[in-house]
Amino acid sequence: MSDGTEESAAAEGAEGAEGAETAESGVPTPRAGATELEVVGVRHGMFGGSNPSEHAGVGGNSGDTSGYGRLVRPIVLPGASPRPYGHGWFDECADELEGALEEQGLDVGAVIEKTVVDRGEITFHVEREFLTQVMKTLRDDPALRFELCTGVSGVHYPGDRGRELHAVYHLRSITHNRLIRVETSAPDDDPVIPSTFAVYPTNDWHERETYDFFGIVFEGHPALTRIMMPDDWLGHPQRKDYPLGGIPVEYKGAQIPAPDQRRSYN
Amino acid sequence: MESQTQQQPEAPTRETTEGRVYTVTGGDWDEIVTAAAKADDERIIVNMGPQHPSTHGVLRLILEIDGETVTEARCGIGYLHTGIEKNMEFRNWTQGTTFVTRMDYLTPLFNETAYCLAVERLLGITEDIPERATVIRVLMMELNRISSHLVCLATGGMEIGSTTLMIYGFRDREIILDIFELVTGLRMNHAYVRPGGLAQDLPPGALDQIREGVKTLRGRMHEYDKLATNNPVFKARLVDVGYLDLAGCMALGATGPILRSTGLPHDLRKSNPYCGYEQYEFDVPTADTCDSYGRFLIRLAEMEQSLRIVEQCLDRLRGGPGRVMVEDKKIAWPAQLSLGPDGMGNSLDHIRTIMGESMEALIHHFKLVTEGFHVPAGQAYVAVESPKGELGVHVVSDGGTRPYRVHFRDPSFTNLQSMAAMCEGGQVADVIVAVAGIDPVMGGVDR
Repeated sequence: MSDGTEESAAAEGAEGAEGAETAESGVPTPRAGATELEVVGVRHGMFGGSNPSEHAGVGGNSGDTSGYGRLVRPIVLPGASPRPYGHGWFDECADELEGALEEQGLDVGAVIEKTVVDRGEITFHVEREFLTQVMKTLRDDPALRFELCTGVSGVHYPGDRGRELHAVYHLRSITHNRLIRVETSAPDDDPVIPSTFAVYPTNDWHERETYDFFGIVFEGHPALTRIMMPDDWLGHPQRKDYPLGGIPVEYKGAQIPAPDQRRSYN
Repeated sequence: MESQTQQQPEAPTRETTEGRVYTVTGGDWDEIVTAAAKADDERIIVNMGPQHPSTHGVLRLILEIDGETVTEARCGIGYLHTGIEKNMEFRNWTQGTTFVTRMDYLTPLFNETAYCLAVERLLGITEDIPERATVIRVLMMELNRISSHLVCLATGGMEIGSTTLMIYGFRDREIILDIFELVTGLRMNHAYVRPGGLAQDLPPGALDQIREGVKTLRGRMHEYDKLATNNPVFKARLVDVGYLDLAGCMALGATGPILRSTGLPHDLRKSNPYCGYEQYEFDVPTADTCDSYGRFLIRLAEMEQSLRIVEQCLDRLRGGPGRVMVEDKKIAWPAQLSLGPDGMGNSLDHIRTIMGESMEALIHHFKLVTEGFHVPAGQAYVAVESPKGELGVHVVSDGGTRPYRVHFRDPSFTNLQSMAAMCEGGQVADVIVAVAGIDPVMGGVDR
């Protein structure tokens, strides 16, 4: 897996710098209209078997001898988008947010890592230390006014080194009829993200759920306990390194392996 | 209390560090009341559930009560957690629909549609979904809205002792479940909506049965009104109970009838139309009472509006059978289901073709069914207005044939958080009414 992660780390470094520059100076990146791609991992082989994102060995445990097991392909997500973002209100919203942050004496480039426009949705990647302040701005600024937070969704990218754990928030403005996504990340070895409970009390349970499933510690949450799993459960089940589990079953005389052990395609 | 000698074996009393713990099983109230009267502390903590008929499934309410007043209320959830989101990461995109349908089992078609809309957005085929498939989705969702509201009214009625309301609700829900069974083959867990379209077109006779069903339901809607709306007992239990105002709703993220009972006409079908909702004529009912009674009135009115939409769908579907799957053969499931003597299943015609006539069709079928289709990497969030509020689906793809991450923002989960705000300071009996007004379904809460 070593070659793959190096590749991803290098791409990520380049991406991070570029995203900051775009946000800071507003200079569009060369390929206007196209979104830069961001490598978050590598895909090995064609036939999954065991947890594909975790086991990178040739063919995993699937017994694949086809030769496709040696395939190595990067997993790329849409990266920072150049201005203008289009879609009517995206630029206005981004301007308002950046302006409001500047008014608070913040360096926008340091707060908003990058802005991604993809499939008609806008995502602000926010550095975790500024998350609460950004959320508060988004909620309170009359031009932004995102009153409703629809909760937190965690995503685990084990290949995205240094920012493995993502917390994704969707904010809805009923006043302006807009929807944006705010994304922040934390490394696996320091899985701490500030709690947004004080800004959006609705995130109380959502943060508990994300903590339960991903192990993200929301600092400042009043009672960050497990919510779905039993209190004495070990591990965080929706992380990619947590196995699905299951036992082989017999069906019509054949042994069917557990779902995560079956041959599958990725 | 050494005098307690006739203790029931199934309801033991035991001492803990927190105090004396009683297990109440019914029929042993005298014993508890006597014991409570002797205790020097008025403060009692009641664990209601997780197995309790009026907790909508396996919800555990932890109530700290002082006499009849609830001083603190908390929910214990997770008893129905089945790891659906995790499981979906190990199945292909099409199989996902069979999982999401089992989340909130009273709104399966909303779960399916929301998930499929998200997958379709990732695929970039939103515009390619056949018109007929979209209209049938709307038709099924609106019927589903009525059946979900009926269960809410029925169970809510039962919990406050109105068994008539329960019988009525379940009686009328049956009409809709019969339609679902005819169209999808199942009363619940349909997996009818698929990425790219539908599992199959409406079967022959479905339009007539739906039209008949709508007529029957229209004729019966006023019965709920007559039975409950002005019923003094019903009103005494619901009015001013479970109060949550607009600011509370915004802070706690409450949506759906709870939000609309504060007077805000927020409905995603109007504000962010999906599935062509902008082409339908309907109103968004609101109330300004912020209480359980307002929510009840809203649900009644919404059922009427849903019937209106269903009728408009029926008019649009008059054209007869048509395409209900995208044209793109790389995504479209190769065969539709068909009705055989043993129920809904594989289309025998299709099997005859792939097994006997066309090798290429067999290869295509095999590839698509075993491997599935690749979804370009990225993420999407699609929200639909489910009967309970904003049902949001956050889907992440890494470019593979299986979802990288699927997260459901189930409205029941978020709305249930408002239980404490609604119940604290009120009476114990009002907790039941407040929770019934939230209409939480634990399948959706715990997923």
